[in-house]
Amino acid sequence: MQQMNPETKQGALADTMEWLDARFPATETFEYHMSKYYAPKNFNFFYYFGWLATFVLVNQLVTGIWLTMNYVPSGDGAFASVEYIMRDVEFGWLIRYLHSTGASAFFIVVFLHMYRALMYGSYRGPRELIWLIGMAIFVALMAEGFFGYLLPWGNMSYWGAQVIVSLAGAIPYVGADLMEWVRGDFLMSEVALNRFFALHVVALPIVLLGLVFVHFVALHHVGSNNPDGIEIKKNKNEDGVPVDGIPFHPYYTVHDIHATVVFLFLFCAVVFFAPEMGGYFLEKPNFEVANPLKTPEHIAPVWYYTPYYAMLRAATFPLFGMDAKFWGLVTMGAAVVIPAGLPWLDRSPVKSMRYKGKLSRWALRIFVVCFIILGVLGVMPATKAYTILAQFCTLLYFAYFVLMPWYTRVEQTLPEPERVT
Amino acid sequence: MKAFFRPIAFLASLAMLGAASVSWSAAKNDWPMEAFEPDLTDLPSLQNGFKLYANHCLGCHGLQYQRYGRTADDLGIPRELALESVVFTGQKIGELMTTSMDPEQAKAWFGATPPDLTLEARLRSPEWIYNYLKTFYVDESRPLGVNNGVYPNVGMPNVLLPLQGVQRYDAETKQLSLDPGTGSLTAEEFDQAIYDLSNFLYYVGEPSRLQRQRLGIYVLLFLVILGTFTYLLNREFWKDVH
Amino acid sequence: MSTGDAVHDAPTGESSNSDGASRRYFLIQATSVVGAAGAVGAAWPFISYWSPSEKAKALGAPVKIDVSKLAPGEMLSPIVAWRGKPIFVVRRDAATLASLETDTDMLADPNSEVVDQQPDFAVNSWRSDRKEYGVFLGVCTHLGCSPKYVVTDNFADTGQGGFFCPCHGSRFDMAGRVVKGVPAPTNLEVPPYSFQSDTVIVIG
Repeated sequence: MQQMNPETKQGALADTMEWLDARFPATETFEYHMSKYYAPKNFNFFYYFGWLATFVLVNQLVTGIWLTMNYVPSGDGAFASVEYIMRDVEFGWLIRYLHSTGASAFFIVVFLHMYRALMYGSYRGPRELIWLIGMAIFVALMAEGFFGYLLPWGNMSYWGAQVIVSLAGAIPYVGADLMEWVRGDFLMSEVALNRFFALHVVALPIVLLGLVFVHFVALHHVGSNNPDGIEIKKNKNEDGVPVDGIPFHPYYTVHDIHATVVFLFLFCAVVFFAPEMGGYFLEKPNFEVANPLKTPEHIAPVWYYTPYYAMLRAATFPLFGMDAKFWGLVTMGAAVVIPAGLPWLDRSPVKSMRYKGKLSRWALRIFVVCFIILGVLGVMPATKAYTILAQFCTLLYFAYFVLMPWYTRVEQTLPEPERVT
Repeated sequence: MKAFFRPIAFLASLAMLGAASVSWSAAKNDWPMEAFEPDLTDLPSLQNGFKLYANHCLGCHGLQYQRYGRTADDLGIPRELALESVVFTGQKIGELMTTSMDPEQAKAWFGATPPDLTLEARLRSPEWIYNYLKTFYVDESRPLGVNNGVYPNVGMPNVLLPLQGVQRYDAETKQLSLDPGTGSLTAEEFDQAIYDLSNFLYYVGEPSRLQRQRLGIYVLLFLVILGTFTYLLNREFWKDVH
Repeated sequence: MSTGDAVHDAPTGESSNSDGASRRYFLIQATSVVGAAGAVGAAWPFISYWSPSEKAKALGAPVKIDVSKLAPGEMLSPIVAWRGKPIFVVRRDAATLASLETDTDMLADPNSEVVDQQPDFAVNSWRSDRKEYGVFLGVCTHLGCSPKYVVTDNFADTGQGGFFCPCHGSRFDMAGRVVKGVPAPTNLEVPPYSFQSDTVIVIG
């Protein structure tokens, strides 16, 4: 009995798979991406965040779809419908907190995912395209977050969107018309709310899913980098399997499953015990309905935009005949886009920070510290001292990229090992 | 590798400390706030707060996102009793606690429409509400004859005056003092009353809070159990990798 | 890193000894079971999110109907809604009530034997609490159209009034009972209700 049952089961399963494989590349796809996808065996902590970003994306999609079922995208209805979800709909509060906390979690894991790339040179050839697609995902994600932030139609939502849309006004000649076109009105109103709603729940999710898909396709085509920054495909055994590679499934599946549970523990701790996160995940002024006549006393974007916001505010003087507002927009835009140049800016003979020299190490440390300081400054009022500090950090932020071709070439690097360590 | 993170970790934690010390409510005024600890498990306090709110506040300030029925259920008040003791507007038990005051008229009377207070405790803080209610004082220079310690030049009349009595502010000592015998409640009774009222508004700000925290404990416990299994599973498979 | 690297086979996910294999099997099973329980738990909030909200429940609360101005032979107008559905309240005269007891040959279920269609108090010839007042859910039991009230001659042979569904021609008598040979399978539903006073009915 004990032996017969599994056998017949396996027989039926095998038949089904055979039927399916003749019509759809099921086994082939599973092997290509999972059981015969050989990943370096020396992944460390920082290699969890790619999967975790995917996991949070799924959370955002599912909870987002559920929120849409009760959300009302109108000037009169938006704020009330969010409170309706929070109070009258069963478990509405949970779905909403999962979504609002998920937004912040998304940026946390994505920042760590990007930091990993900076550390181990994951953007270097042959992975330039993966990096560029990743940058596109990052920009799309920022847009997604921005559009979504208006939807609760709280006073902070309203004025945050007002400030960012007004940035378009800094563009010479067409600025004022552009602003009006984006808003479809003379002020931020229900018209903009409806547009942002459509973009947030339909357009950008489609873009994000498409980009994430090609991000995966490109990654699995060239294979993963690793903390040593060396190519495991250079060392293959007689079967053509990289000797330092292990099949993604089951080794990294069980790895990532455990990471997911640990992540969920931290995530749920916030969702259930601190969903406002001291006013950083859900800001206090947003508990008041949008009021076009009253700006909140202290206006700041959500924490994940604050480094860029601080750089925007750091531009305080006119230059080359253009006013400060214009340069603020340029600075912010450049700050978001400039990492896309990394594959060509990094001229080091080695990829990983483990084998790079002192200059690269200090450059990265200073860069990270500046980014965090800018993030903190972004939520502070812009006093004179803070503005000078923000300007200094902005300079260092850009210096990390602009000087990279120089410091990565002149420094003494360590020899890369033949095999992963 | 660890040595590489250490300076970053240190600076990052410094930065976070800095960020944490920035308070959102950045109160412009430096009135010394009295501490306030809300207690959502204190049902008698919440029930009394509900009653006080219905009697003294709901005439002007609606709770337009919250329903009578749900509030009564959460606070352990039988719905029939709630209909008698807190619903004065002829509404049904399942309806939202809107105010019957006409917003246009209200604007004419007070210069501004009295705000809805459903989310006041989340917008400001329950502590703010408690201190606000406690620090009304006589000020003949103001149109309504009253001013407030926490909210200077407030536009709201002191509706709790009959309960608290006449309170005066001494600009020299920066102290508030009560004229004895002018209010129907003793100072302690009044403090308790506004504690209950603030506690009630804290509840109304997020009625699911207790449910959230209760459920959270189970969720985290479950994740610990699941995490134990996933940890063992991971360790078992990684024995293969040398 | 172990020294004898070359002797190790590349890891495949299969344990090298049977002890390890059974341990591995057990851990996979156990993790799956606990994980599946978690998945069910995680799905629960998403499922209950679809149940009627507090708002829907408030709108579905009992409705009071004043019948003091309803004359014999009339149906209450305008039609009152309970849980969004039309409620028909008719006041029947003596002749109609007599006919309800006698003219039952053409009816499919004259004795209200289909239990779900009315509360227990309405299992009688007039299908109501008080003889005079009939209270019905104005929703045809065929496909959910709302029937019309026909004052007289709904039935050619008796000349009695009743309800006629314009969608597919189902007919009901003044007690909401369906006639034989029409698409509607059962009598009109009688909602739960009670008389608060002689002239006020509470539905729900």
